[in-house]
Amino acid sequence: MSDQRFELKVNGRISPVNVDPTTPLLYVLRDELELDGPHFGCGLAQCGACTVQLDGVAVRSCVIPVSAVGTQEVTTIEGLAVEGKMSALQTALVEAQAPQCGYCMPGITMSASALLKETPHPTDAQIRQALDGNLCRCGSHTRVLRAVKAAAGSPT
Amino acid sequence: MSGAATSLGRRDFLAGASALIVAIGTTREAAIGERPSETSPFGTATYANADSWLALDANGNVTVSWGKVEQGTGIETAIAQIVADELDVPFDSVRVLQGDTDRTPDQGYTAGSQSLSAGAIPVRRAAAFVRVTLIQIAAQRLNVSADTLTTRDGAVVSKAGPQVHLRYAELVPSGRVNRIVPDDVVLKPVSAYQVVRKSIPRVDIPAKLDGSYRYVQNVRIPGMMHARMVHPQRLGQVARAIDGASLGDLRSRVRVVHKNAFVAVVAQREWDAVQAAKLLKVTWAGGAPLPAENQLDAVLRASAGRDDVVLNKGNVSSASGKTLRATYHWPFQSHGSIGPSCGLADVRETSVTIWSGTEGSFFLKRSIAALLGRSPDQVVVRWVEGSGAYGHNGADDAAAAAAIVSQEIGKPVRMQWMRYDETAWDPKGPAMLFDLEAVLDADGRIGAWSFHGRSPTHVGRPNGTAATLLAGRLTGLGPPTPFFVGGDRNAATNYDIPKQHIVLTNLTSSPLRPSSLRGLGGTANTFANESFVDELAHAAGADPIAFRMRHLSDPRAQAVLEAVRPAYAAGRGVAFVRYENVNAYVAAVVDLDVDRSSGAIALRHVWIAHDCGLVVNPNGLRNQIEGNVIQGSSRALRERVRFAPAGVTSVDWMTYPILRFSEVPEIDVTLVDRPDQPIMGAGEATTTVMAPAIANAVFAQTGARLRDVPFTPDAVKAALLR
Ligand code: FES
Ligand code: FES
Repeated sequence: MSDQRFELKVNGRISPVNVDPTTPLLYVLRDELELDGPHFGCGLAQCGACTVQLDGVAVRSCVIPVSAVGTQEVTTIEGLAVEGKMSALQTALVEAQAPQCGYCMPGITMSASALLKETPHPTDAQIRQALDGNLCRCGSHTRVLRAVKAAAGSPT
Repeated sequence: MSGAATSLGRRDFLAGASALIVAIGTTREAAIGERPSETSPFGTATYANADSWLALDANGNVTVSWGKVEQGTGIETAIAQIVADELDVPFDSVRVLQGDTDRTPDQGYTAGSQSLSAGAIPVRRAAAFVRVTLIQIAAQRLNVSADTLTTRDGAVVSKAGPQVHLRYAELVPSGRVNRIVPDDVVLKPVSAYQVVRKSIPRVDIPAKLDGSYRYVQNVRIPGMMHARMVHPQRLGQVARAIDGASLGDLRSRVRVVHKNAFVAVVAQREWDAVQAAKLLKVTWAGGAPLPAENQLDAVLRASAGRDDVVLNKGNVSSASGKTLRATYHWPFQSHGSIGPSCGLADVRETSVTIWSGTEGSFFLKRSIAALLGRSPDQVVVRWVEGSGAYGHNGADDAAAAAAIVSQEIGKPVRMQWMRYDETAWDPKGPAMLFDLEAVLDADGRIGAWSFHGRSPTHVGRPNGTAATLLAGRLTGLGPPTPFFVGGDRNAATNYDIPKQHIVLTNLTSSPLRPSSLRGLGGTANTFANESFVDELAHAAGADPIAFRMRHLSDPRAQAVLEAVRPAYAAGRGVAFVRYENVNAYVAAVVDLDVDRSSGAIALRHVWIAHDCGLVVNPNGLRNQIEGNVIQGSSRALRERVRFAPAGVTSVDWMTYPILRFSEVPEIDVTLVDRPDQPIMGAGEATTTVMAPAIANAVFAQTGARLRDVPFTPDAVKAALLR
């Protein structure tokens, strides 16, 4: 298909791009806007490495065509910081020294942040449920669970 | 030390093949200096390829050149901790350069959990030597005896009082001074360490949480093109026909690069390349079919190989008592990296630059030179961390594929494997099978133990030849001569058994391309050995911890088992290993639930006791152990590469599932710190105890013995019915 112009709202800024409308949002974020936080893991909605938020809801950016984004606000991990400071959730993940390779972490963080917006005080089961579509191969799970618990109730 | 102020030319340096050199200079660049060209002979790692291990500049900054690489294990932080202590500088002033072939020494592979134990020694010695050199310089300048001086926090100070305080920065001589570290350099006693043994937060973590970390997947080179592979169904096939028209509209924007079975598509836009790889119609021909999955046992038994006797003592056939026999199987497994491998290449007329998350930059450099028909000194490999690899995943192969495409199109290329490529084509942790037999004597002790394992090699890593690269195989090279490594790891146990016959048959061929996956043969061997010990304990009517301890004389082995004893109860499983027979000691207890109707295993709680000598960073170590628990459990419960005669059918996370958030157990880790004992690696040891501890727990609860990994619900149900 030929290129079309889209005005994406990403991390609070309007970002115009000219791309094939079938292009998944993930490639637009990474290649056009040079946002490295959303990671490519599968392109199949199976792993969560590419998770971003659309209007605060966690979605898999690898399977959402850019043409479907419309006026929804896109938030990537780069957009979680408040006035240059990491969010409480990110800080909790650093304090838990959660990542090993960390490749899954931006996606996990975006899923957890969406959960905490919706459910500020989730139970363990709710956290596990919300993160079940995010895979981590290094085995950071128990630290992530602890950190999300610790960040519960704080603004994310 | 007088007279040691030798300034070395490059030639002098190269002549001293095993020199360990430190540099002190006014700037970081001057201190690091010019690199000598590659001199190491093929296939060996030498510590002499870069001329500085450690450099101190006039601002007091320390640069450590480290030939090994971060793999999400916190190695970078641990190395900086060691240097900070040995050199008496603030932790923050130490920077670690890693894995670049033109800027770091060749330390071989980051493998086998040896990074901290063996790898840190030259760095430690270099740091210790810089410290004494600075004391020497200060003593000369002040005209006092060096004995009156010591160091503290980046400065030379007097032992007696506050008279002397010279910052290292003030002592750095002008220009550049290279010195060879003498053999007799004295290391600090561990009791003097201040930074080591503390849980210093890892330096790489903040950027991993704000999206700014530079993974190899995030590297952009000006003018780079995006490439994707179109892999065959299996090795040995060739692309007989490629239908360019199948690309439709994309044809004008996509180029196809093709040689034998190597087919790649390349485009300016990443999405074009992704679509083209999906659309391109290739007719594959030839290539022997893979065996059917249910023939794997027969194939491993029928394959030719070399019998290696790992241990033979006493005459096992002369033992009398109760004889037990069992056969265990381990499947092919994938590394399962969350980020499929990515490599970049800029191949020009006289230079080749590669960006890769490889675990062996120097070997990759030589293999890519061979693949492209270039001289190794034209090739530079820049190491950039990738998604966790846990061994030899697709990282080297993606980089080599990028190099072929870049050479062909004359532009820099980013080759990103898709999920299918990584899951189906990463080199596989090999399938193994084991026949065990043992005799229990009248006192309930193991009188004789026979072990016969069969395994393809566990190391198919780049070794300087092109055939060790997938791109080499696809462009037409036959399989590399197998080099038997890793199958015998932990084939023998650490139990005191009077008569033992331990044989490993190293198979010369393998249905799937085999290479290193965390633990190598140690993972499967320990599954077989620790399951069988459990069977013997049961047959002897003994408590499984007491039974193991009865056969262990090493107090450190006893100590880890003692440490998990409080967690042990009826219905729980135990396993023990001394990794590689000489490294870390690990004991595990597992608590789980078995759903008898579905066969599903739910892990509840895992307790680990771990002794790896001196602990450099306790929290970092715990993180490693927890990761091993989860990954080791995942491999035991879920993982098996599926295949059919046409090719591998495990191609994504549905067909190669791993453990999820809802399935991970609670984990408790007890660290047995031994500050007086040498550092031992911890990157793999705990993985090896997970499968046997789980199988032993299932047995303790249900009486069903699981002898084949993975323990899927179907497998458990079948075992319950037996
Ligand atoms: S990359 Fe989008 S879910 Fe895996
Ligand atoms: S930290 Fe490596 S995949 Fe999660």
